[in-house]
Amino acid sequence: MKYMDEFRNKDLITKLAGLIRMSATRDYSFMEVCGGHTSAIHRFGITSLLPENIKLISGPGCPVCVTGTDFIDKAIVYSRMKNIIIATFGDLMRVPGSDSSLEKEKATGADIRIVFSGLDALEMARSNPSKKVIFLGIGFETTAPGTAVTMIQTREQNINNFLLLCAHKVMPPAMEAIISDGTDLDGFICPGHVATITGSSIFDFIPDNHNLGCVISGFEPADILMSILMLILQVNSKIFKVEIQYSRAVKPEGNIIARKHMANVFDLCSSSWRGFGPIPESGLILNKKFEIYNAEEMIPVSVTSHPENEICICGKILRGIYSPADCPLFDKICNPNNPIGACMVSNEGTCNSWYRYRL
Amino acid sequence: MCLSIPVRIVSIEGKMAEVSAGGTLFKAGLHMLEDVVEGDYVLLHAGFAIQKISKSDAEETIRLFEEMNNSQLNGPL
Repeated sequence: MKYMDEFRNKDLITKLAGLIRMSATRDYSFMEVCGGHTSAIHRFGITSLLPENIKLISGPGCPVCVTGTDFIDKAIVYSRMKNIIIATFGDLMRVPGSDSSLEKEKATGADIRIVFSGLDALEMARSNPSKKVIFLGIGFETTAPGTAVTMIQTREQNINNFLLLCAHKVMPPAMEAIISDGTDLDGFICPGHVATITGSSIFDFIPDNHNLGCVISGFEPADILMSILMLILQVNSKIFKVEIQYSRAVKPEGNIIARKHMANVFDLCSSSWRGFGPIPESGLILNKKFEIYNAEEMIPVSVTSHPENEICICGKILRGIYSPADCPLFDKICNPNNPIGACMVSNEGTCNSWYRYRL
Repeated sequence: MCLSIPVRIVSIEGKMAEVSAGGTLFKAGLHMLEDVVEGDYVLLHAGFAIQKISKSDAEETIRLFEEMNNSQLNGPL
């Protein structure tokens, strides 16, 4: 068992597609809220296996895409300061800020380095004692525990030249915002790797309060087809609940140790989401114990972010209102080599996935 | 971004492990897991092992759907 090939098995996938066709007796709309699912759905051609009465809509599941322009602008301001190293996940490099991007700044000499993990960034601080390292923390509940562990290590090891510029976010408030928007949905393909940390109960409000289905899904083609089938069966029976399809990795209680690390380091705060604006209690901020590592507290900067391109409909795509095909810029001016909006930058962005797999 | 891949633990030293993804080796922090041993499969995300993967649950998921037939398409699973 390698946990990938088994869930790409052609016979199993053919069978699942047949079961879906048999059970899909009306129109269905399901939203995936993980960029990994968006990418997998397009990469594996899942939509071509589905009957026309099943519509998949991409939601705000790509952390790079929902990160506000002001975050990139702040990171750029820091990168222009002397003796500062910016440590970032590679996904952020090409995201357009108001006037520049981290990639363009690096090309003009800024010390911006790509890291694989927060611990790599911390090691960078340790080996560059005369400089300050600012780590750009983005990502949902999957990524935030790693940042929490990094900050705990920073404190334990008394490293005083390591700071965090934090834009970590949590997923449920954005799902609530989607539902409040009135988006026509029957259920959610819930984010599997977020749920490895959070467990399943964070999604309970969706069936309980809104009568919508929820299936926590894995990322291989058979996983996604199983989850769609499970959602269809929930809708058909009108019995809505949170089910775990991705049971090999998601336990109902999630990862309790990871959540303890998060609780030890972060408080909830209001956070701005591209396309949505500020959503209360949807972001994570370093708590009092760790505020001496908060870049914005220790080196305050102010930025005036310009409005995003008026024609770009990235925000409405993130809210599931439009698809990339509705955008006048898509595949005209906007492409992965010249991304106008963040959804074209990340491999998990809806526009990027459409461009690579559907054109 | 939330991409995580199944990897096999090759060796453990303190809180760090060397893990293999199809032969390519990475480092993984084990700060979020207890009771993992060499040979276990874990999900690797941004340099950390975030969850142990259950072989029996993986097999059970596949079995459930392989054995499913049309007569069972009338309610939630």
